[in-house]
Amino acid sequence: MVNAAQIRHYLEEVSDPEIPVLTIIDLGVVQEIYFTDPTWIIELTPTYSGCPAMQQIEVDLLAKLQEKGIANAQVKHVLSPAWTTDWISEQGRQKLRMYGIAPPVNESDKSTLFAEPPRVACPKCNSMDTRMVSLFGSTACKAQYQCKQCLEPFDYFKCLK
Amino acid sequence: MQDQALFEYVLRLADDSLILGQRLGEWCGHGPILEEDIALTNISLDLIGQAISLYDLAAELEGAGKNHDQLAYLRFENEYKNVLLVEQPNGDFAMTILRQFFFDAFRLPLYEALMQSPVSQLAAIAAKSVKETRYHLKHTSEWVIRMGDGTDESHERAQAAIDHLWRYTSELFYEDNKDEQLQALEQVPSLKGIQANWMETVKTVLYEATLAIPTNNWKFEGGREGRHSEHMGYILADLQYMQRAYPNMEW
Repeated sequence: MVNAAQIRHYLEEVSDPEIPVLTIIDLGVVQEIYFTDPTWIIELTPTYSGCPAMQQIEVDLLAKLQEKGIANAQVKHVLSPAWTTDWISEQGRQKLRMYGIAPPVNESDKSTLFAEPPRVACPKCNSMDTRMVSLFGSTACKAQYQCKQCLEPFDYFKCLK
Repeated sequence: MQDQALFEYVLRLADDSLILGQRLGEWCGHGPILEEDIALTNISLDLIGQAISLYDLAAELEGAGKNHDQLAYLRFENEYKNVLLVEQPNGDFAMTILRQFFFDAFRLPLYEALMQSPVSQLAAIAAKSVKETRYHLKHTSEWVIRMGDGTDESHERAQAAIDHLWRYTSELFYEDNKDEQLQALEQVPSLKGIQANWMETVKTVLYEATLAIPTNNWKFEGGREGRHSEHMGYILADLQYMQRAYPNMEW
């Protein structure tokens, strides 16, 4: 019979529908995988409460396991502990950069008003001379930045802690 | 009895999130600038996401075999327990931002306190939502300051929004015997402490924004008991149309 490690390995073939360069393993949304006779349970944590990608991820995940011959799988959504950008793998961060999205830097942009936004390197030219355009971006998890050196506008995967 | 009180408590949180999320969604495609259009709808999405988790929990506590959609779409107006503040019309951008600011300044300390609740599912939803709410409050606080300390026109509009919305803010701290039951069990925090924290945030931001806190303490309440303003029916007509016209339809 298939084991949890193999299932996790299969899930490396399931990508995030909104950031297809990342797998759901890179993203860190897959938690425990375990067998409760007769079903494999795969625990998923949402990135943001309203993230519409979660439903698609569930569909894609079950389809992938079906394709691998595992029909008895079920997704369980878990909220606790809450997902944090710290769970994005090192490999995932590199993929984001290659894709043109700046990965989360290690400081959370908390409640301080008009605080300097986090210093983010341009994913194209690596310059640190960038500015935040808006705290909210094309998806719940991103902010909009622009590089002042090469003028490239880019997405920043904002830090969630 | 205790489950009934907790059900009611969670329903209030869920209804606040849903109705405000629905209101913000009306801005989609109408924001004053593209970035703000995206920001308001991002906040809307977070609120609706939080509402789904809260309705799931409420449905479980109610034990009537309902799901989150049935709670969101198939109740009558007097069964919704959201505060009047969240159902008020969007008005101009200042009105929307001030309504959101008053709400965020309330929600953030409430979620922070609920993270300590022994009701584990409620604590988990709070821990998830608190991170999103921090971004919301930062965003709205900065806009309040930018508008208040901006041009004469933006100052005037921000002050008009405060003067209009102030009457709806006291209801955020409404408590009845259901709250008292839950507080006695230490499952939820007293809203007195939350109110002090809220007032502190409001004073700090409005002072920075050169805006005045109204001295008129005229109050409008009723939402927590299911008595709504005339705007609520129109929101529900929009929100419920598909489920009422095509029962059980799925998207």
